[in-house]
Amino acid sequence: MVTGTFLPLIWLIPLFPLAGAALMLLVGRRLDPQGTHGHGHGGGGKAIISILCPGAILAAFLFSLGAVLELAARPPVERSAEVIVFEWMPAIGAPWGFLLDPLSSVMVLVVTGVGFLIHVYAVGYMAHDGGYYRFFGYLNLFVFFMLMLVLANNYVLLFVGWEGVGLCSYLLIGFYFLRKPAGDAGNKAFLVNRIGDAAFILGILLMFAALGSVEFTRVNELLRSGRYAPEAAQWLPWIALCLFIGATGKSAQIPLYVWLPDAMEGPTPVSALIHAATMVTAGVYVVARSNALFVLAPDVMSLVAVIGAATAILAASIGLVQNDIKRVLAYSTVSQLGYMFLACGVGAFWVGIFHLYTHAFFKALLFLGSGSVIHALSGEQDMRKMGALKDKIPITFRTMFIGSLAIAGIPGLAGFFSKDEILWQTWSSQGGAHRFLYVIGIVTASFTAFYMWRLMNMTFYGTSRTPHEVEHHIHESPKVMTVPLMALAAGSVVAGWVGIPKVFHFPESWPSLEHWLAPVFAGSEAGVAAAGEHHSAAAEWGLMALSVALAAGGIWLARRMYHHKPELADGMEQKLKPLHTLLYNKYYIDEIYGALFVNGLAKGGGTLLSRFDAAVVDGGVNGAGWMTRFTSSLSIWWDTWIIDGSVRAGAFLVKLASYPVRVLQTGLVGSYALFIVLGVILMFGYYLWK
Amino acid sequence: MHPVTTVHYLFLSAALLIVGTIGVLTRRNIVVILMSIELILNAVNINLIAFSHQLANVHGQVFAIFVITDAAAEAAVGLGILIALFRNKETVNADEVDILKW
Amino acid sequence: MQNYLLSIVLFTPLAGMIALLFFPKENKTLIKVWTNLVMFVGFLVSVPLWFYYDRSSAEFQLVERAEWIPSIGARYIIGIDGISLLLVLLTTVIGFLSVLSSWSAIEDRVKEYYAFFLLLQTGMLGVFMSLDFFLFYVFWEVMLVPMYFIIGVWGGPRKLYAAIKFFLYTLFGSVLMLLGILALYFHYYTQFGTYTFEIAELMRMSIPLSLQKWVFWGFFVGFAIKVPMFPFHTWLPDAHVEAPTAGSVILAGVLLKMGTYGFVRFSLPLLPDASKDSTTIQVIAWLSIIGIVYGALVSLMQKDWKKLVAYSSVSHLGFCTLGIIALNPNGLSGSILQQINHGISTGMLFLIVGIAYERRHTREISEYGGLSNVMPAYSVVFAIAMLSSAGLPLLNGFIGEFTILQGAFEVSKTWAAFAVSGIVLGAAYLLWLYQRTMFGPITNSKNEKLSDLNLREWAYMLPLVVWAFWIGVYPKPYFEILEKPVAKIVKRIQPDYYRARGLRDPLPAPVPVAAARPTP
Repeated sequence: MVTGTFLPLIWLIPLFPLAGAALMLLVGRRLDPQGTHGHGHGGGGKAIISILCPGAILAAFLFSLGAVLELAARPPVERSAEVIVFEWMPAIGAPWGFLLDPLSSVMVLVVTGVGFLIHVYAVGYMAHDGGYYRFFGYLNLFVFFMLMLVLANNYVLLFVGWEGVGLCSYLLIGFYFLRKPAGDAGNKAFLVNRIGDAAFILGILLMFAALGSVEFTRVNELLRSGRYAPEAAQWLPWIALCLFIGATGKSAQIPLYVWLPDAMEGPTPVSALIHAATMVTAGVYVVARSNALFVLAPDVMSLVAVIGAATAILAASIGLVQNDIKRVLAYSTVSQLGYMFLACGVGAFWVGIFHLYTHAFFKALLFLGSGSVIHALSGEQDMRKMGALKDKIPITFRTMFIGSLAIAGIPGLAGFFSKDEILWQTWSSQGGAHRFLYVIGIVTASFTAFYMWRLMNMTFYGTSRTPHEVEHHIHESPKVMTVPLMALAAGSVVAGWVGIPKVFHFPESWPSLEHWLAPVFAGSEAGVAAAGEHHSAAAEWGLMALSVALAAGGIWLARRMYHHKPELADGMEQKLKPLHTLLYNKYYIDEIYGALFVNGLAKGGGTLLSRFDAAVVDGGVNGAGWMTRFTSSLSIWWDTWIIDGSVRAGAFLVKLASYPVRVLQTGLVGSYALFIVLGVILMFGYYLWK
Repeated sequence: MHPVTTVHYLFLSAALLIVGTIGVLTRRNIVVILMSIELILNAVNINLIAFSHQLANVHGQVFAIFVITDAAAEAAVGLGILIALFRNKETVNADEVDILKW
Repeated sequence: MQNYLLSIVLFTPLAGMIALLFFPKENKTLIKVWTNLVMFVGFLVSVPLWFYYDRSSAEFQLVERAEWIPSIGARYIIGIDGISLLLVLLTTVIGFLSVLSSWSAIEDRVKEYYAFFLLLQTGMLGVFMSLDFFLFYVFWEVMLVPMYFIIGVWGGPRKLYAAIKFFLYTLFGSVLMLLGILALYFHYYTQFGTYTFEIAELMRMSIPLSLQKWVFWGFFVGFAIKVPMFPFHTWLPDAHVEAPTAGSVILAGVLLKMGTYGFVRFSLPLLPDASKDSTTIQVIAWLSIIGIVYGALVSLMQKDWKKLVAYSSVSHLGFCTLGIIALNPNGLSGSILQQINHGISTGMLFLIVGIAYERRHTREISEYGGLSNVMPAYSVVFAIAMLSSAGLPLLNGFIGEFTILQGAFEVSKTWAAFAVSGIVLGAAYLLWLYQRTMFGPITNSKNEKLSDLNLREWAYMLPLVVWAFWIGVYPKPYFEILEKPVAKIVKRIQPDYYRARGLRDPLPAPVPVAAARPTP
């Protein structure tokens, strides 16, 4: 029995945003009749929506906060509250059940907290767009599914949220559905995700077959205590692999990351919420939640780390040369997600979650900030047409500056603590390749600093490259947009302070995310922590200094190339044209996928099989029909001339023989009667004679 | 006076039979032909009753009832056919109905 | 009243049809109102079945027996178990909704149309309720004739080709099935000395494996054509495309289930050894998987909206047959539930097409585009239908698909791996369809003035939407209904399925597998 005021009711948390979404579905049109093409403000109805939908998220946040505080009041070993509402899918042992433990509490607070700020921002951002009620309906629906995902107590219910956020992502990416690229991007996102989902389902089925349960508590208990059947052991790596493939789809890692950059077609708040702070982190959450499983599959862990690192550097390299401000941030997100997987892959699960949490703040901030820039420039997204905005939109500038500092890993801000911890854990953990992964990580960090400062310089500094008509309208965003920016900026500064490295020797009582998450990762930390002890504090300081130096270097280089000497950038671009083209075109991966899978397998296969079906399979049926008709006409000939012929010949003979008798057929009743009588007399006479 | 014996009845029956038969054979109007057929049947009935009385059993009378019933049915059907014929051919003259000729 | 409930359910449509024959054909409104009323009443009388059904028993319930043709051993025996209960309810619901959807679609020879529908309804219900093979066959054939006419008279441009193809193809299969039935009939005589078509009696026979195989494959042709399984599926696209909307809905919604029902009700329990023979399993499983993938790929490239949905049925029913041949509780119950789900979701999709067709009289996807601009409510309902078909969790399709995958996985991980690709492909063709018809700006000026859903259209879409969510969120009552009948079938084929896996056996009493030959 779960005690407390909030804890027994955690199943309510997802229902707040669901109520908002349902209301929008049912009465949204009446509140805001401006459908798809809207201009200007809509009046009272819109105000109701503006209060209702963000309000639902706020309610969810406050409720979650209450629940988490109740949880925190308990001693660490008891910090797990599981509430089962009803039996949902008994065949696979999946109830409609919820679990609040340290891990899901971090997730739920991030989702609702950052989600609330983004909703508030969106009130301002979407004010001039049509489909206001639709947008907030979808956004609330998304938060509902995301909360189902993080609060579920079993993999199947998690999958409900998993696919649900995919659906909302599709709806929101394709929000401006009048544009074909938006619709295509939505499709791409859903389909690429679905490939991952198919693997995820196989993983769940494998898990149930091997371990007999899909509930987190039970599975983790079995795995940690080793009380699973020996035959099951060989399947554990496969389960982990399948779940990880699903995660690569949702969290945009190699090879299923291609949907994320295209997803920038959606409105900017969508990019912030879904593709930065929440949905894309679902994969990391799943890996972290399944830590007991992954540590029993070391090869898969290595794969996770390698893919994480590879994605990080690949995406960062593409981000170096993109010109669309949102695309840079999109690739940055993919890159940072790679870091999170790298952390999990080397066994530092809590660090992965730590980075997830800090990243939510500064990436949401950067996206919302870029939205503010785009809003100020009346829709311009190309950085080549920006510049010298820092005095014109000061609040946006300053908050984005803080966000960029955070992501680049400048000491004191959130990104520094989390990213550095990842790099340190990579270096110090077991495994030969881990040093190599560290190098990739540190190089990526320098790329990160570089492309962020390229972005900042091209957008805010230097001379203005915006056309005159746009320049006149440049204005700072309204408070409803800037206040969330400031809140997120504050978060980007302080969020990292819960993960201060031990070498700083802060007091034990200082809040530590590692301690908070310890019960969840107990047992998985063993391998990593032991290894970590062997390295000296000096090494840690040294590496820290190195990463800061590289970050500063990246910033300096970017400033030089894009602020002081813009010719340098163009010159480099010319000299390294092939490389530049390769990076600019994202290594042509989209084109390869398109040719191989979309046009090749799917459409090509579909066309081929349709023709096969019509010509061969159905041809067989039609052929059978033709054959039957042909045989039938043969039969007809035989029947008419041979069979019937003999019949007709017979008939002719009969006709011939009957001529004499026919004459008697006069057709007159009287003559027939005469014959009857004559016959009777004859008969009579015969008998009389006898 | 001679008593009326069976033979008298037989003669009556024979007479009716002959009248009926001649009627069937010679008359042209189909209604009259049908009436003649009734006469024949009634002749048979008289015959049956006569023998029934002579042999002092009931068989003949039972059979006579059968015949009466049969006659009634046959008259109904015959008249039905006549009416159908009339509807199509506008005549009840037997000489004019020879479509079943070869 | 309870004793005759099934007969009431069965003959209500027929009674309605007979009454309809006396109505003047000029009074179209009266005919329409009457038929809708009869179908609605038919649905209402079937609702008590849900409540009267005893979920703790695996036997047939509400059984009615009457002598019919004693000289050949054919009796009027009807009854339901969990499996047929769900299918009967599906039939009454979809039947009613499809009649409702024809209101404004059919203006020509209205009386004949509705009379055929009522006759068809009785035929379908009879198939699901029959417990006597002869009766079953009669109803099976009764279904064909009205369907033939519905396609052939009120159909599209190639209606005659489609109608004849449908009729002859399915008849061919039915005849082979009849041969199988007769083989069993005569075999029973050699064992027990009497002639009977009663299924419960026929289950007592012990049939040698070779005969079982012959009969199984005879049945297989009949059922596989009906399902339809690859490669016997080519009648389906033509029939669906040419049929009027309500015809397609009833064809996809109910008629296709006859094939899978036949497998579950007859092939598996009567011929258990043939069913678990490895050749059988491999053939059916791989044909199913091919159906899943092939159906989806072919769907993807269709230009005709209805043909796309038709091929999607091949893909979905591939899942159902895969579940059946898994021969385990998850596979079977998942398959049956998925059949209900398919009826709901594909029924919805065909109704959606019908709504668009009624406005524009074209099925070319390229003629549409941007419809959500002018028909927002329609686009929401279409989205729900599409997602239900694609198997999004919280909607019905997911529950069925997942349970089938679980069942298939138990037998062969390869099967599950291939089948899971159907989930990806399903999303592909559905999402692309949705995008091409609903999203984007309106490119065709004829689409600019289309009206959104009217009250009647809401009336027949909404119940299906609600039902889809109900099964998706709370499927437990359905699984409860199916548990025992499915267990009975599984145990007939694999008597110690539950014991061998250490699972709780829903049917502790031993199930009679096959009686020994009675001593002469």
